Amino acid sequence: MAISSEEVKHIAALSMLNLSEEEINKYTNNLQEIVEFANKINELNTDGVGESTVATNAFNVFRKDEPRNSLDRELLLSNAPTSNGEAYSLPSMRN
Amino acid sequence: MKNICEYTAHEIHEKYISKELKVVDVVKAFFNKIKTDDEKIKAYITLCEEEALKDAELIQAKIDNGEEIGPLAGIPIAIKDNMCTKGVKTTCASKMLENFIPPYDATVITRLKEAGAIIVGKTNMDEFAMGGSTEHSAFFKTHNPINLNKVPGGSSGGSAAAVAGDLAPISLGSDTGGSIRQPAAFCGIVGLKPTYGLISRYGLVAFASSFDQIGPFAKDIEDTANLLNVIAGYDEMDSTSAKLEKIDYTKSLINDVKGLKIGVPKEFMGDGVNDEVKAAVKNAVEKFKALGAEVSECSLPATDYALPTYYIVACAEASSNLARFDGIRYGYRTSNYESLDDIYKNSRSEGFGEEVKRRIILGTYVLSSGYYDAYYKKAQRVRTLVKEGYEKVFENYDLILTPTAPSVAFDVGSKVNDPLEMYMADLMTVSINLAGVPAISIPCGKDKEGMPIGLQLISKHFNESTLLQAAYTFEKNMEV
Repeated sequence: MAISSEEVKHIAALSMLNLSEEEINKYTNNLQEIVEFANKINELNTDGVGESTVATNAFNVFRKDEPRNSLDRELLLSNAPTSNGEAYSLPSMRN
Repeated sequence: MKNICEYTAHEIHEKYISKELKVVDVVKAFFNKIKTDDEKIKAYITLCEEEALKDAELIQAKIDNGEEIGPLAGIPIAIKDNMCTKGVKTTCASKMLENFIPPYDATVITRLKEAGAIIVGKTNMDEFAMGGSTEHSAFFKTHNPINLNKVPGGSSGGSAAAVAGDLAPISLGSDTGGSIRQPAAFCGIVGLKPTYGLISRYGLVAFASSFDQIGPFAKDIEDTANLLNVIAGYDEMDSTSAKLEKIDYTKSLINDVKGLKIGVPKEFMGDGVNDEVKAAVKNAVEKFKALGAEVSECSLPATDYALPTYYIVACAEASSNLARFDGIRYGYRTSNYESLDDIYKNSRSEGFGEEVKRRIILGTYVLSSGYYDAYYKKAQRVRTLVKEGYEKVFENYDLILTPTAPSVAFDVGSKVNDPLEMYMADLMTVSINLAGVPAISIPCGKDKEGMPIGLQLISKHFNESTLLQAAYTFEKNMEV
């Protein structure tokens, strides 16, 4: 099954990525090659086999809903590209 | 006599106790070595010299006061740059996080600090841990200290090269599909991927959450055990952290493999494996037999399907994990925007490198409507078969023995333009992550060019003790 550049453009939009024409061509070829390789798993019969999402016997973990200190606001905001000292700030714009 | 930087951590510790060495002198020796050698190796992204020297004074004062110190006190350590260090840049070797200064320490960092370990710096890696050669760093490539024209492996190539190049006695890496074991093999050192859930992932920047696991690099098994003792254990900050009784891994430093049942899966010794690698692994098998282990052939039938399964699931998880990078709260923000969509899309497109974007696209593809059942769900089923394959072998064997990688370290630049060929370097390691079992890579020989060959030992969930005992016995009896 061939993967089209239109399909890669759609996937890029879902991934919130802007790709150049050159990148679209490259990723279309890469994806084609990788998906052909991945198709190998369809050789295996998995009827009646369950799905594993984790490796070990993990289970739901609960804790008491107690208030705790959160991270320091000033430190957190210092990593933001822009903030007003109290909150994250964004340029005003119309979408 | 050995230079300070060539010592193992336990040798340095002994010399602290006997007062032959001072912590400050050891720390200074490593920074001097970094200044002369790291221009060529390029293992480190960030150095923490000032803080390290301050910490060294504090530990020395404890020693001078006659306080008892643990095996990692005053020991320099290098940290892969995807583990959060409070106040120290944590970049994931990405333009996206080039200026990110975490407001908290990862749990492993907290534990190392409590043990008195001294963080030398943060090491280079493939961007967001996606790659097998440390050539996909947004900043620079790391070179193999054994031969600078070769890659150190990846994605934890900086941490492996730091130890192999005597730029730190021990280091931490992370392993999602082989990112500790393969660079350990390529650089001729020890690298352990613990059982999923043994080490807290709190503060490890996520790539594929159901595979990611932090683990140690060291020059020998004793250092590996000491480092594992410090970082292992339950953490309520990681919901996948296992609540188990604490094990002292130094109790596994026993020189004995008599009666140990070791299986060699035939699927790991096939055509894809380089002849010299195969010969070194067969030689290791003979050594284990001579030491009294019972070694025989076994089978892991789903092996051929592990690599595509891994790339489907890991990329799916990555595409979801990396959705958080939006240019709003932290990380890179584009200066080129007119709408909110522009901020998201341009920040991500300019901030992520080529391989990261490739994997986000593949991951989004396999999760998208129409392909979800055929790829993602199918891969989760194959994952079950891979896990069951291991469980079946472990009904009859204590350990599994394989090569760590199908080849030795390859030339810098030789695979960087062929993503699929680069993925093949993970052939021997990914099925272990699918099953969540622990595995260690130890040196078992060299090829005719002098490049190291790695031997991989695999064990049951949470059975690191058997792995360490077998590796320790091999190390004590085999001249590599």
